[in-house]
Amino acid sequence: MADRKTKRLTIFAGHYGSGKTNLAVNYALHLKRRGLPVKIADLDIVNPYFRTKDSAEILEKAGIPLISPAFANTNVDLPALPQELYSLVQRRDHHAVLDVGGDDRGAYALGRYVPYILEENDYEMVFVANFYRPLTTTAEDALEVMREIEAACGIPFTCIVNNSNLGGITTAVDVDATGDKAAQLSSLSGLPVWMTSATETVCAELSLQNLFPLTLQEKYYDIKER
Amino acid sequence: MGEKVLMKGNEAIAEAAIKAGCRHYFGYPITPQTELAAYMAKRMPKIGGVFLQAESEVAAINMVYGVAGTGKRVMTSSSSPGVSLKQEGISYIAGADLPALIVNVQRGGPGLGGIQPSQSDYFQATKGGGHGDYRLIVLAPASVQEMADLTVKGFDLSDKYCVPAMLLADGTMGQMMEPVDLEGITETKTEKPWAVTGTEGKRKHNIVNSLYLNPEKLEQKNFERYETYKTIEQNECMWESFMMDDAEICVVAFGIAARVSKNAVVAARKEGIKVGLIRPITLWPFPKAPLAQAADKVKGFISVELSMGQMIEDVKLAIDCRKPVALCNRTGGMIPTPEQVLASIRNMAKEDT
Repeated sequence: MADRKTKRLTIFAGHYGSGKTNLAVNYALHLKRRGLPVKIADLDIVNPYFRTKDSAEILEKAGIPLISPAFANTNVDLPALPQELYSLVQRRDHHAVLDVGGDDRGAYALGRYVPYILEENDYEMVFVANFYRPLTTTAEDALEVMREIEAACGIPFTCIVNNSNLGGITTAVDVDATGDKAAQLSSLSGLPVWMTSATETVCAELSLQNLFPLTLQEKYYDIKER
Repeated sequence: MGEKVLMKGNEAIAEAAIKAGCRHYFGYPITPQTELAAYMAKRMPKIGGVFLQAESEVAAINMVYGVAGTGKRVMTSSSSPGVSLKQEGISYIAGADLPALIVNVQRGGPGLGGIQPSQSDYFQATKGGGHGDYRLIVLAPASVQEMADLTVKGFDLSDKYCVPAMLLADGTMGQMMEPVDLEGITETKTEKPWAVTGTEGKRKHNIVNSLYLNPEKLEQKNFERYETYKTIEQNECMWESFMMDDAEICVVAFGIAARVSKNAVVAARKEGIKVGLIRPITLWPFPKAPLAQAADKVKGFISVELSMGQMIEDVKLAIDCRKPVALCNRTGGMIPTPEQVLASIRNMAKEDT
């Protein structure tokens, strides 16, 4: 991983389906392993199914408090955020990872915390890019989504994570092939590529700098044999 | 093979429909299919198509009826409660012998139910949720790639027979992300001499209607329509057989339940239990032949469903109740686990028949 100074708040946002939740969970675990006090928050009020709450067990075992909408993963998915979320931005005695909902629509929810975040000014606002998502296959398209999100939540991105993947079949070659696009997005936006993230197996085959290996949660309806 | 992209099931349906020539989409948002409408809203204006969020599901399906009459490829999508609202319009479209694609990304019911996945609209989809003697061609995808491929198939079959088609998915299929290849999809053009497109004074005008005040005429129409249905039953059944060659137990499951079942079948085989899976891909026409054939060899069937047991009736009919059929199910938005299916398989393996 790159030696960027670790900020107190790390916010993951991007196109929906770019892998923000996986990244946020893994990054929180990473901070915890480094011995930092860390909390994680699910701000996703757009996506009803796969979300931070799915990793509740792993997070609990690691001792990472999860703040998520009270009704997440139930049959009444109310788009309401819990008041404890304010503690993340107002009390500054721990690190926090924020998992923001996809696209500009998901990012609106972040807006109300932005004044506190900007005032403290100890944050990383990460744009999660997956160039295998059909509406962000080019650097230009990704830049458009980036600008839409910034306009929606009122906070500019500070760096990019290249999380390009095709789900379970992703190979090192697939990830390598997106390096140029990530570099192009970096030059278009003027933001550095903080790291490239992929599963541990894929990372083992990559010779890139600043790799961030991910452990993914298996779902029981993933087809193992065909 | 073309370039793969990572898509949600809902998005894959939308993009496949566009690639198959659909330029008219009418819908109304409802979880868990909203991404489909959102995708259409983003893409249609860029390619000269029509995206319209109607004031209700009833309005949307009647807009579909209107466009279908002009012979253009048209679709709507919703989830269970919304599809219930569309039933009147679907019956009218069937009664007017028009092609159209209706997508149902099912959630729990009855009533408002919940937003988690379900397969409990099987009866509604396959037995005619609206009034009158009619059928829908019902396709049940079990992967994001199939969400795309069967969308195209739905348009093609619907055009071919002038029978509306339904893509019957569930919330998990709609929300899950998998790599898909959409490069090969093209539009199959069908001659539509019946379409209401303006006569330009050159031909007799076409009429799109489902009203027949003369009872003999209405009966005749129904007879003709059922002849078409018979042809579809003969020619268009689709299914997947998995490890059925030497199977003594046959699991039957579609969509998300088939994915879970497949993993359970593999696990049971490792324990030495001879079990296979038949996965209906068309729910109507229901693939009776492979099941009837299996009934000659297996000791029993297990129907795995996200409902209180709906497809199980078609399984029993297909095999003329010659062998026992057990039910392995969850409802309310829950998906059976491979362990639950495996337990059902073990149970049947133990029984003497």
